[in-house]
Amino acid sequence: MIRSKYCYSALFFLSSTAWLGNAAALGVGDVAPNVALPTATAATTVDLAKLKGKIVYVDFWASWCGPCKQSFPWMNDMHTKHAPRGLEIVAINVDAKMPDAQRFLGTMPAKFTVAFDAKGQTPKLFDVKAMPTSYLIDGDGKVLYVHAGFRDSDRAALETVIENALTQRKK
Amino acid sequence: MNFRYRSIPLALLAVGALSALFSLGGCAMQPPQAWEKGDLARKEMTMESDPLDQAFTQHVYFSKESASGGYGAGGGGCGCN
Repeated sequence: MIRSKYCYSALFFLSSTAWLGNAAALGVGDVAPNVALPTATAATTVDLAKLKGKIVYVDFWASWCGPCKQSFPWMNDMHTKHAPRGLEIVAINVDAKMPDAQRFLGTMPAKFTVAFDAKGQTPKLFDVKAMPTSYLIDGDGKVLYVHAGFRDSDRAALETVIENALTQRKK
Repeated sequence: MNFRYRSIPLALLAVGALSALFSLGGCAMQPPQAWEKGDLARKEMTMESDPLDQAFTQHVYFSKESASGGYGAGGGGCGCN
C-alpha cells in the first residue's frame, strides 16, 4: 500500500516535469489573438480587436535585433504610402528593458504605432519563432501572411502582399 | 515488524528519488525564445568581442591552418571564401 503510494507520487512528479508543449504556431488562416498593449505615449493602448476592418501589419521587434533596424525605414515608407488606404502598422517591442527601446526609437523614429510588451506575452501568443516576425492580418482578424526575418530584398514581395490585401479589403 | 523495518529506507529512497526528479526538472528548462535573446545579442556575449583581435586570429587561422569561417552565419567550409 505504502509502496504504491510512493509509486504514484513519483509518477506524478515525472509527469509534471514533462513541460507543456507550445501552442501550435500561428499560421495563415488562423485568427490572430486579441491583444491590448500600451503604446509609446503610454497613456493610450492599441487594441487589435478594435482594428477590425483594417489591414493590420503586426511586427515583433527589439532594439538588439539588426534586421529589425533595417525594417523600420521600410515600415515608415509603408505607413506613409498605405495608411490612407486602411493599413495599420503595429510594431510590438519585446525589449526586456524599456529604455533600450526608447533609445532605439530616438535614433530611428517610427511614424507608425509602436506598442510595448516587455513581458513577452504577446510573442508567446503569436508563437514567434524568429526576430523580427511580422503578421499581416485582414479585416476579420485572420492571418493573411507570416514573414520571419527582414532583408532589404524582401521589401518588394512584402509590399505586394500588403497591396493585394488592401485591394481585396472589404469596404 | 518486518514492514516497519523496511519502510524507513523506502521513505529515504522516495525522498532521494523525488529530489532527483526535482533537479531533473531543471534540465527541462526551455531554451530562450526568439524574443528573449536581448542579453545573448550583446557584444560581450560573443566569443571574441574585439573585432580587430578577431580579424587577427582569423588571419592566423587562414594563413597557417587554411581554415576560415565557422564563427557566424556566413562563410567557411566551401573553400571559396
